[in-house]
Amino acid sequence: MAMSPRKRAQMWRAVQYVLLAVLLVVGLLVADLGTLRGVFFDLDILRAMWPDVIVTALKNTVMYTASGFTFGLGLGLVLALMRLSPVGPYRWMATAFIEFFRGVPALVVFIALGPGVSLAFPGREIPGGNLGVATVALGIVGGAYMAETIRAGIQAVPKGQMEAARSLGMPPGRAMRSIVIPQAFRIVLPPLTNELILLTKDSSLIYVLGYTTATLELTAFGREMLNQEKSLTPLVGIGLCYLMITVPLSIVVRRMESRAEKAR
Amino acid sequence: MTEPQIKPDAPAIEIQGLHKYFGDNEVLKGIDFHVDQGEVVCVVGPSGSGKSTLLRCVNLLEVPTSGRIFVEGAEITDPDIDVDKLRSRIGMVFQSFNLFPHLTVMGNLTIAQQRVKGRGKAESVQIARKNLEKVGLEGKETAYPAHLSGGQQQRVAIARALSMDPDMMLFDEPTSALDPELVGDVLAVMKDLAHEGMTMMVVTHEMGFAREVGNKLVFMDDGMIVEEGVPAEVLSNPQHERTQAFLSKVL
Repeated sequence: MAMSPRKRAQMWRAVQYVLLAVLLVVGLLVADLGTLRGVFFDLDILRAMWPDVIVTALKNTVMYTASGFTFGLGLGLVLALMRLSPVGPYRWMATAFIEFFRGVPALVVFIALGPGVSLAFPGREIPGGNLGVATVALGIVGGAYMAETIRAGIQAVPKGQMEAARSLGMPPGRAMRSIVIPQAFRIVLPPLTNELILLTKDSSLIYVLGYTTATLELTAFGREMLNQEKSLTPLVGIGLCYLMITVPLSIVVRRMESRAEKAR
Repeated sequence: MTEPQIKPDAPAIEIQGLHKYFGDNEVLKGIDFHVDQGEVVCVVGPSGSGKSTLLRCVNLLEVPTSGRIFVEGAEITDPDIDVDKLRSRIGMVFQSFNLFPHLTVMGNLTIAQQRVKGRGKAESVQIARKNLEKVGLEGKETAYPAHLSGGQQQRVAIARALSMDPDMMLFDEPTSALDPELVGDVLAVMKDLAHEGMTMMVVTHEMGFAREVGNKLVFMDDGMIVEEGVPAEVLSNPQHERTQAFLSKVL
């Protein structure tokens, strides 16, 4: 039987939907809903997590991430400008920094900055406690990644923009700040959001410093709860909290993008 | 860094023995040439003849390999001179407009006034309005460049350059990227500017504009000035065979 390409595409899609529905039904039939609910969605445990999961854990995760991202964004911008500098040693230093901290696992950076600093400089530590270490560690790791993104963004701004700014008498630094960098950031907004989301999850690595009930962030909080209960519900709880950070973030960025699109 | 010393009686632009290489490729092979104050000079020639490079050397967007360039008597090729100061006296209009897409029309017209000239907001807005009116685009203050036609964008670019109160204007093929029906509006603005006595150096393919508005026509080929003179005479009675060959193709 000859079928038109359009008809065939429709058929194929219908098969996909049916397959998905079958999988779902089979899953529900195999599972014991009562047990499933006990393991993943025990309301009593969820209630026990409240309100600490928000006022301590979520708050700490947001604070570590926001602080680390801000530091990383500044560092990334400086590294990107160094990479584009006509001065050789600036370029080499930035390249070495980026290559090193992109290649090393974030966990290693946390260990080096926490216990590592205390070992190397006896009696000293990075000020600010867990927040201080999280800021510097996430900043360094995030900055190394973001530097390359920002550099690509700056290079994607047409050369004529710099020329027009310079021909109006702007010095190079001013032209960079007022004309090129604002346009570069519009270009790199989506990948930077990606980096922010990755850092949100990397902030859990602060556990290597140990924690008190006041410095618990989401993952450590979930793990602590897990030790007390015979249920995976705490993980579902903190998972929802992570989504509470990342989903609104994505929505805000999508709004910003569509607004920037109008001006393009 | 030295402040440029402006000499009021010097030619607007004076170029001496200018050579420019891109790698091994010599694009300007010894240019001597000047533009007097209030003069409109049109530079024509086949593509690749070096005319855009010559224009871009005047405000040092291209750095000459050798030779000297004076703007109102101040040497812009002097390595110690404050180039930004001199550039703010030279308006430049590009083939591809190069408006700042992240700023509104008003933002495009005021940012350099405020950041370079140090003018206040009210003053810069007032000057921007006056120049927008001059190019026939009053009411477009809040539009973004992307929402304007090519002809409108180029007129905004002219207004942006004028808002710095330049002593002269450089035009790099200002109508080459425009749809044919939009060319006229831009040329009309340039013609008004010439009649107000603005010093202009225009790289163009618009022979009609050169004949009607230009005081001097310069024909370039292969990195050299082949012929220069009164536009009507050069266009109707070219002396050099390369000029004749070029004009027979474009007229």
